[in-house]
Amino acid sequence: MLIIKKLAQLVVAVILVTLFASLLLEFLPGDAADVLAPSASDQQREQIREDIGLHDSFPVRYTRWLGNFVTGDFGNYYTVSSKRPVADRLWDALPVSLLLMLYAQVVALVIAIPVAVLAAYRKDTWFDRLTNVSAFAMLAVPNFALGFILQYYLGVKLGWFKSSGYARITENPVEHFQYMILPTITLAVGQVAVYQRLLRTDMIATLREDFILMAKAKGLKAKRILFRHALKPSSLTLLTVAGLNVGTLIGGALIVEVVFSLPGMGLLIFEAISRRQIVAFQSMIAVVAILYILVNFIVDLLYTVLDPRIRRTDAE
Amino acid sequence: MTTGTATPPSAPTVRLDSAPSGSAATKSKRLNLGVAGWLAAGWLGLLLILAVLAPVLPIPDPNTSFAEIARKGPSAGHLLGGDTIGRDLLSRIIYGTRASFAVGFGSIAFGFIVGGIIGLMAGFFRGKVDGILTPLMNILLAIPQFILALSLVNVFASGGEVTSARRLVVLIVGLGVVSVPLLGRITRANTLAWSEREFVLAARAMGAKNWRIMLRDVLPNVLPSMIAIGLLGVGIAIVAEGGLALFGVGVQSPTPSWGNIISEGQSQMRNAPHIVVATSVVLFLTVMALNFLGDLISQRFGVKESAL
Repeated sequence: MLIIKKLAQLVVAVILVTLFASLLLEFLPGDAADVLAPSASDQQREQIREDIGLHDSFPVRYTRWLGNFVTGDFGNYYTVSSKRPVADRLWDALPVSLLLMLYAQVVALVIAIPVAVLAAYRKDTWFDRLTNVSAFAMLAVPNFALGFILQYYLGVKLGWFKSSGYARITENPVEHFQYMILPTITLAVGQVAVYQRLLRTDMIATLREDFILMAKAKGLKAKRILFRHALKPSSLTLLTVAGLNVGTLIGGALIVEVVFSLPGMGLLIFEAISRRQIVAFQSMIAVVAILYILVNFIVDLLYTVLDPRIRRTDAE
Repeated sequence: MTTGTATPPSAPTVRLDSAPSGSAATKSKRLNLGVAGWLAAGWLGLLLILAVLAPVLPIPDPNTSFAEIARKGPSAGHLLGGDTIGRDLLSRIIYGTRASFAVGFGSIAFGFIVGGIIGLMAGFFRGKVDGILTPLMNILLAIPQFILALSLVNVFASGGEVTSARRLVVLIVGLGVVSVPLLGRITRANTLAWSEREFVLAARAMGAKNWRIMLRDVLPNVLPSMIAIGLLGVGIAIVAEGGLALFGVGVQSPTPSWGNIISEGQSQMRNAPHIVVATSVVLFLTVMALNFLGDLISQRFGVKESAL
């Protein structure tokens, strides 16, 4: 039952975001053909209008746009005399963005979990205070500023990492990671802070529970208690935060890609904006928004798997 | 919870204009900023004063180029050096505060009013009103916030013929729209809780009108959590402008903003890293000050983050 409801919500959300993406063309002040190819002749512009269906009513255009979108036709880049499909470049870019977000997420968790657990265990010691202050500072670091600074000082000046560009993991895994290290760190910093702060609060509460006292009384080692017993109930918190964070993560990834010239969705969107390619922009917005919806959907499903109570009550 | 709502013994009648809340009204819990809090507030105040007084300060015009300081670090008369084309960096950062604060505080003011009204109505009337307003807000959450802002600004204010002023207004409204669900949800959640309290019931028993109860009894108690979230939001909006500037749709040059100073300066990172570094430090300190004050208010008034 629940899964049907969630699926229905998913479909509604997808329709909404595609509608939004489609409406962008409607809201554009002026003629889309003039925006796409300002120096084209009247005849060429008429061709473009014909191509994107500007003469049709919105419902007709939306339905056709959606039909094309679902079948993987994401429209075209327009120049004065030619057009090139958006889909080819989009399919190349999407994995780059996904990998960047995945790496950042993994790095953030690998750093945040042990730090938070230890900070909760040694509450109010210098370690706890230090990590608290550093998390607070990390939350306030604008990712693009951090990106430019790391890129220059670690990439260009010290030459430790590659500072801009990309290599595919399938072609050259070593170079791939050399290119990805700085973007990953840049994107992970804010995430580390978020996870660390919430997990620490959560763990402090858990460590007061009776079953922890029980485990201590049994003589189990602190490490085992902390990472086996105490961490388990916090997995739901982590998942909730991960879900709430997806939006920030996506926005951050787009920005970081522009900073490091990673050829992902961010760089593609940047280019679409600067070349005034509104049709390509629409498709990219829709793809990123759908990605967001899908990730949230998966988080929701994981939630029900992890916590049987939700399956039964489902308050919201 | 119940003991805290008692009205002062000298006033046996329930006064509608006071906010007899357990946490907000007692003297011992009055907002005491502490050293760090005063530092944070002082920093924001200093920036505000500098931004307002910018024209009378002894700093060069932010749009005048001095060839000799282009891409050069600090020197006499130019405390932070020059930018990529020799404009005084300190002057641009101070003038940039105007645009950055306008975007940050302006957009959150928009979200505060619109989200506040929606949240109050949804939380107070519940039922059908809530059933219409809450999904309306959730629609805005279906799209990642940065993407939403990017789309709105790109469609409504990009291209050659767009003026600086129009771009600024679109930025404020665009980021304001993005902040509506953020502020609306926290307002709704708190309104739901506060309108269950005894003093609201008492006010209703006395025949007070709905809007009066909402504004006089519920709103003052909901306000601290709105302000706490709002302050975080201002920081997010100021940074978001920087992100948008990177995509070419932030505050429009030559009007300086912290975002466009950084995104213009990054092209000269190799020759003049001070442009990006100095501006980033100002941006970082400002966001930290806003976050700190927001956290402080959350703690003092027991704002629950889970209500988000």
